[in-house]
Amino acid sequence: MSAVLRTEGLSRSWGALQAVKEVSFALQAGARHALIGPNGAGKTTLVNLLTGTVPPQAGNVFLDGDRITHLPQHLRVKRGMTRTFQITTLFPGLTVLESVLLAICERKGLGASWWRPVARHAAEIDEARRVVRDLQLEAEADVPTRSLPYGKQRLLEIAVALASRPRVLLLDEPAAGIPVSESAEVFGVLASLPRDVTILFIEHDMNLVFRFAERITVLVEGSILVEGTPQEIAADARVREVYLGEGGHG
Amino acid sequence: MSGFAAVRLPDARWHPAEVAFWVALAAAPFVFPGHLVLGSQVLITGLFALSLDLILGYAGIVSLGHAAMFGAGAYTAGLLARHGWGEPLSGLAAAAVAGAAIAWATSFIAVRGGDLTRLMVTLGIGLMLYEAANQAARVTGGVDGLSDMAVRDLLGVFPFDLAGRTAYVYSFAVLFAVFLVCRRIVRSPFGLSLRGIRDGARRMPALGSPVRRRLIAIYSVSGAIAGIAGALLAQTTQFVGLEVLGFARSADLLVMLVLGGAGWLYGGLIGAALFMVAQNQLSSMNPVYWQFWLGLLLVAMVFVARGGVVGAIGLARERILGRAAR
Repeated sequence: MSAVLRTEGLSRSWGALQAVKEVSFALQAGARHALIGPNGAGKTTLVNLLTGTVPPQAGNVFLDGDRITHLPQHLRVKRGMTRTFQITTLFPGLTVLESVLLAICERKGLGASWWRPVARHAAEIDEARRVVRDLQLEAEADVPTRSLPYGKQRLLEIAVALASRPRVLLLDEPAAGIPVSESAEVFGVLASLPRDVTILFIEHDMNLVFRFAERITVLVEGSILVEGTPQEIAADARVREVYLGEGGHG
Repeated sequence: MSGFAAVRLPDARWHPAEVAFWVALAAAPFVFPGHLVLGSQVLITGLFALSLDLILGYAGIVSLGHAAMFGAGAYTAGLLARHGWGEPLSGLAAAAVAGAAIAWATSFIAVRGGDLTRLMVTLGIGLMLYEAANQAARVTGGVDGLSDMAVRDLLGVFPFDLAGRTAYVYSFAVLFAVFLVCRRIVRSPFGLSLRGIRDGARRMPALGSPVRRRLIAIYSVSGAIAGIAGALLAQTTQFVGLEVLGFARSADLLVMLVLGGAGWLYGGLIGAALFMVAQNQLSSMNPVYWQFWLGLLLVAMVFVARGGVVGAIGLARERILGRAAR
């Protein structure tokens, strides 16, 4: 296996707070890799640095061996890496189908095409319908996102990311804030993705992490504490101390 | 709603209400032959409001300085006509280029930041252009305005008459043509992309969308249309006053669009008509205090009928249809 996504000494601070400290990390092709750690460990900041949402102050990011440290976010997406957001970041006024269609049009470079109506882009609409169906959002295709139940919004969050056909998908707490019964549905969708999609995900629910992840990185106070297989992480005394010593995760 | 059979995407098809709207505008000169001058002013202002709707209603860019592009267009057409180039259609084209150029040049600062930043930046650009035109009195006529324009007959056949018949038909034709283009734009993938930026500017880069480039593009298109509106005013009134660049014009425009409802294309047209007819009626009743009633109308509108007139109609329609379906 080879690393699709790699960082070297990546750092970012917010004022006096060092959110991410010299993180060197590699994501192997086809991985199901979890990023865990207590609140404030810098997990979301790390994802923001990887996707280009926020620029790093030091270090580098490599995608397929190319240095992309300062590449704008939308160009990283063109190279096959996208993300979802912990706090639902969607399009309240667009319907489910329109949201997915938007992502497909942008992927195909149609976003500047200004004459032919969206409604006459049959191939793109068909694809959008397939994505919507795959995520069990069929019945809500015409519903504006703002009227969607929260659990369905989390599914749409993933649907929109998948419509970009990423090779590398970064998921920031995909099941955040939804009941356990529904989070299984979210992870069911992720489990069904083909292996040519590499997945890095942040998750707080340890049951989900240990069920889905094949490799786990533990981030504490901006640095990597340990990385290994779920068995190694479960047996690691330092990880236990971080989680149990501080009264569990929140 | 039942699955995919009912999926509705805005197509290019015309709704009967839309057809009725345009037929009414075309028929207006026969019904109100004595109000053609006001009529063309409404059409021109409607076109101007349409340009603001493209950036505000679709792309979410608030502006308090849209008169900058309107004024640039008005002065371009006015100066051309004054200095011997009185052919109206090429004057419009030149004004569109001028409006687009001003918009493009200022877009790099105007589409940055949040709403408040944009309001202040567009306001500032508007004020600067106003004072520049005031200072350049030798070219623009300053506070006295630009007159002595020789606008030639439309298509070489129709002279601009005092009753305003040619002006109305001309303004109507231009408004309709530009509207057709806007209608295509907002229903296209580009239009969908703009709505995406309006609703979720933070998400768009994660779809691979170059947000800034999209905003600059629509801001420039909007500037071109505002320039055309300004040129229409200059050509049909044969006069350009400094107030084409004034703050009041930008502010009134925002009021009209909110009144009519942003993000529907028709909102600007309806808002402009309401605003100008109300201004005309109320100010003839009480020339000093008419703005009181306008203010009351605006406040009531924002609280009672969010989304303006067009929004209120849509809401009423949904309720009636919803009741019928039950």
